[in-house]
Amino acid sequence: MAYGDKVIDHFEHPRNVGSLDKNDEHVGTGIVGAPECGDVMKLQIQVDENERIVDAKFKTFGCGSAIASSSLATEWVKGKTLDEALEIQNTEIVKELALPPVKIHCSVLAEDAIRAAITDVKRKLHKSDGVPGAATEAVK
Amino acid sequence: MRRIYLDNNATTRVDPRVLDAMLPYFCEQYGNAASRSHAFGWEAEEAVSRGREQVARLIGAGEKEIIFTSGATESNNIAIKGVAAMYGDRGKHIITQVTEHKAVIDPCKWLEQRGFRVTFLPVDRNGLVDVEQLKDAMTDDTILVSIMYANNEIGTIQPIGEIGRACKERGVVFHTDAVQAFGKVPIDVNELGIDLLSCSAHKIHGPKGIGALYVRRKNPRVRCEPVIHGGGHERGMRSGTLNVPGIVGLGRAAELCGEHRDTEPASLAKLRDRLKDGIFAQLDEVYLNGHETQRSASNLNLSFAYVEGESLMMGFKDIAVSSGSACTSASLEPSYVLKALGVGDELAHSSIRFSVSRFNTEEEIDYVIERVVETVRRLRELSPLYEMAREGVDLKSVQWSAH
Ligand SMILES: Cc1ncc(COP(=O)(O)O)c(C=O)c1O
Repeated sequence: MAYGDKVIDHFEHPRNVGSLDKNDEHVGTGIVGAPECGDVMKLQIQVDENERIVDAKFKTFGCGSAIASSSLATEWVKGKTLDEALEIQNTEIVKELALPPVKIHCSVLAEDAIRAAITDVKRKLHKSDGVPGAATEAVK
Repeated sequence: MRRIYLDNNATTRVDPRVLDAMLPYFCEQYGNAASRSHAFGWEAEEAVSRGREQVARLIGAGEKEIIFTSGATESNNIAIKGVAAMYGDRGKHIITQVTEHKAVIDPCKWLEQRGFRVTFLPVDRNGLVDVEQLKDAMTDDTILVSIMYANNEIGTIQPIGEIGRACKERGVVFHTDAVQAFGKVPIDVNELGIDLLSCSAHKIHGPKGIGALYVRRKNPRVRCEPVIHGGGHERGMRSGTLNVPGIVGLGRAAELCGEHRDTEPASLAKLRDRLKDGIFAQLDEVYLNGHETQRSASNLNLSFAYVEGESLMMGFKDIAVSSGSACTSASLEPSYVLKALGVGDELAHSSIRFSVSRFNTEEEIDYVIERVVETVRRLRELSPLYEMAREGVDLKSVQWSAH
């Protein structure tokens, strides 16, 4: 299968590869996917006092499209507030990277990773407020 | 851009000597081998009988025992469906195994829906069938055993001689899909007790669309009902005007393998081992799929833990290989062959098949080693699994959100 130029660009020059301190109060971590399924994404975000995302990092095990989707996701969340970041849709990733139908699940996973990271950081930030019901991250 | 072809178990480059042999049969000696009334026909007939001899010689068969087909898919279909149709009144049981090529599995499944019972034997961690288990599976109702010679994904070579003997003892017809062994492993159908053997030209530097089926003529005489009916060519087992240039190409390709039989398998194994040793020397957590020693000289199948196969291939896209990863298949399922070995799904997703040929060089292999090592390292730096493993997390204990 031939890849789109943007997928190749992100694959060859992935943005924001790395890890943030997952124990930091202002860092949210989302890990989604499973090794048996052939893709696992870890996406981390760091927020300031105003709940604006000031940094984002990712690591991904998966095909080129999965790597590109998560790389793009880190670019897009940076500078957004948590609520703005929650509005990112997988379909926008599909469009930006010109993903073919068999690769749509990569974009879904990237959206899930963003949501999981946001949920995690919100849980941490509001722990002291006692906000109930926040989902926990996938990995224990 | 420089390109290196290491996917020779999928298909091979036509050897220029094969092409040279074929060329006159397109525009000069283009007769129909069945035309008995003129020289064009005689020349074609002569070329066909030479091709038959060349194929027969490589496997210790007689030339009358070779039937030309469009390839091994067709040969397998004639062997399996043809034996079932011919001997179906004697018994309804067929034995095969789980890592066969689809061109064996699917005809068997087709027969299963038509009143036959098929046993799919399991394989061990190395891809080998257990001959005792095969013997135990045979009943008075068993008419056919079909076990491949060498596996196309993992290279494992089955104990063909032992299986042949077991079949002889019970009077069961023995078919082997020898596509990946033909021309690479010394084969003698009489010594090994093979009754039917499928092979294909395009895996041995011949053209695509031509293959053969060996059908034993004595001790015992084996017969197959045809799958394609028509003018009664090929002893009635495969009708259709013979593909003369293809047959010439298959014959010449087989002859070249025969000429190099003392040196070529060893030099392929040397390239394969150079690749393996070079990779193992520089990377940890790489696993060999298939049997360590009982394997085809051309095949190296490796799983690179923590990185996914398709991304690896994208990382060294100037090198043509294939992967057992789901992402490369239409089904989104990882390789059923690797699954059958008990290789975990995550390592199946991380597998790459490298397969060498007479046209690869040591210099190419060294370049491939370098590219593979650098790509695996780069992608491991990108892999959350690698990071977790380094931190001492047991990946099996993690509760993943499967999707
Ligand atoms: C083991 C095996 N059997 C059968 C086939 C099918 O051969 P052909 O392409 O000649 O139909 C192949 C090749 O893909 C193969 O590797």
